[in-house]
Amino acid sequence: MSVATRRRPKLAVWKFASCDGCQLSLLDCEDELLALAGEVEIAYFPEASSATVRGPYDLSLVEGSITTADDRERILRVRSSSRRLVTIGACATAGGIQALRNFADVEDFVRLVYARPDYISTLATSTPISAHVPVDFELHGCPIDKRQLLEVISAHLIGRRPTIATTSVCTECKRRGTVCVMVAHGTPCLGPVTHAGCGAICPSYDRGCYGCFGPMETPNVVALTRQLRALDATETAIDRVFHTFNAAAPPFAGAGSDRA
Amino acid sequence: MPERRTKTIKTDVLARVEGEGAMRVRIESGRVTEVQLRIYEPPRFFEAFLRGRDFTEALDITSRICGICPIAYQMSAVTAMESLCGVEVGGQLRALRRLLYCGEWIESHALHVFMLHAPDFLGFESAVAMAREHPTIVTDALALKKAGNEVMRVVGGREVHPINVRVGGVHRAPRKAELATLVAGLERAREIALGAVRLTASFDFPDYDQDIELVALAQPGEYPIDRGRIISSTGLDIAPEEYESRFVEQHVPWSHALHSQRTGGGNYLVGPLARFATSFAALTPLAREAAADVGLRAPERNPFRSIVVRAVELVHAVDEALELIAAYEEPDAPAIEVEPRAGVGHGATEAPRGLLYHRYEIDADGTILAANIVPPTSQNQIAIEADLRGVVERSLELPDEQLSRLCEQTIRNYDPCISCATHFLTLEVERC
Repeated sequence: MSVATRRRPKLAVWKFASCDGCQLSLLDCEDELLALAGEVEIAYFPEASSATVRGPYDLSLVEGSITTADDRERILRVRSSSRRLVTIGACATAGGIQALRNFADVEDFVRLVYARPDYISTLATSTPISAHVPVDFELHGCPIDKRQLLEVISAHLIGRRPTIATTSVCTECKRRGTVCVMVAHGTPCLGPVTHAGCGAICPSYDRGCYGCFGPMETPNVVALTRQLRALDATETAIDRVFHTFNAAAPPFAGAGSDRA
Repeated sequence: MPERRTKTIKTDVLARVEGEGAMRVRIESGRVTEVQLRIYEPPRFFEAFLRGRDFTEALDITSRICGICPIAYQMSAVTAMESLCGVEVGGQLRALRRLLYCGEWIESHALHVFMLHAPDFLGFESAVAMAREHPTIVTDALALKKAGNEVMRVVGGREVHPINVRVGGVHRAPRKAELATLVAGLERAREIALGAVRLTASFDFPDYDQDIELVALAQPGEYPIDRGRIISSTGLDIAPEEYESRFVEQHVPWSHALHSQRTGGGNYLVGPLARFATSFAALTPLAREAAADVGLRAPERNPFRSIVVRAVELVHAVDEALELIAAYEEPDAPAIEVEPRAGVGHGATEAPRGLLYHRYEIDADGTILAANIVPPTSQNQIAIEADLRGVVERSLELPDEQLSRLCEQTIRNYDPCISCATHFLTLEVERC
């Protein structure tokens, strides 16, 4: 079948509350971008193109979390115009760092940041896309890893399930031969409970993992918390490290001392 | 009585900007009566949830404000915390952080010049569409962008939200051999950047000059990136600590971004035009020469030519990155110890799109008590609105569709990062 006659699948990229970093990862595929554009029709991607093609779309990549009443409605329309919907990143998958409002009074937040709270309309919580519509696949990371993004898109084109490991960052350290920062240097590290995918970057820079890929499939948060205490981490420090970029992801949301 | 007709043109989403916003221009009897740049980006309340966090966390948390310029956030935050704690990071540690910042400038400017802005001048909807007719321009652009991203990856650990910066220095200083892997890509990038200056200078620019105060950092002997005093084209010269006494933020009903003005009134802008005007002499000789060769002189007052200035800054950033790598010696320690102390700290650095100011108050344990962040796009919002008014008034004879496109291009002159400013750029021209 020639390229000219084959109907290319339509790709759409949607944004909700987020920093744009995950969709930027697509443009960061400098070596693959033009080849990708030959395989899919980039039908809706406002950050990259002013041309838009009407849906329905074969594959929708959704970045960002739901934080406004309008967005709660918009995601329903995105879902109904998408054959498959994949969330990209911690915001879309777990609510993102802005889900820290879920543990506070959002009205206090509005008053702290804005001189005219009456101009601001926002929901009391930041919630993942899966809380609103069925999601076909969730890609973790704050930000996502661009190789994993290419794997998700390629798998979709071929019609198979993406090959994305659900193990911990520890397995990636072992594979790349990084000495364990927690065992060897006593550096607190969330690697044992954090979803693989980044390639274990932080430990290779002499730094403990800070959990930006969120919880792995079956994390033992209790055991890790005990280990962090043994390394003299304060309860406040433990609480903070679990409650950052994936604060509302269930096993992390309940971690630490003062959250049930 | 003459019949009054209201005509509205809408572009549902203003494309090729980072984030979502809307634009509304109201024209009554041939006069522009109202211009609003509306930023719908849902608020995420960073300044609120920073309270109660540790002073060492602010840099990684604030980097999540913007996936396009995370290093800018990291550097303004880390500078504020270090100054608060009485520490100044110098020598090779500073050189490494400046190298990382050059990487972000290269990546961000290459993205904006070629993928977001050049399609306006060459008449394409996107860089991908542009690639069909101008394959070399786009493949070169991607190589240039990649050279910047590689600096981010090697020095910072990854391209988006790098992980290597810490209060007091970096987590791990890269080996000389690691930095050496960047040289070939940067040398090619330098040639591409020089080509970008010639290419962008050949574009047709609308005839439009603005008379507005230009504000940027300045530091003797170096192009403003990671530190300096805040100076302006009209004689302002202050330390970053004095920023909030000279600039005010206002909340307007149509936008989630706060508008910045000079205290007591007066519009200003930040970004490439401001840096180029106030620190032209500090560009590398090659960058100055590239500007002179295409007849670009400081100050440049036409915001549409900001794309040429960005290309000149690309030459500079690549050139300086190569210099920093050539002069690099591995430091003895990756960071200096920093003990928290109660007080207030200020950090100002130059994000690719302009001055980014942070202020933090912390207690003796290092817990953050208050935070204030002023991103470049909120500082430029009034200037963008003023330009839109000026551009529309000169172009009223244009059909609505062309006028809409010209408005979008005017906004893109500022490389607005709406995620930063707090997104949906809907363009609406209303003629009464």
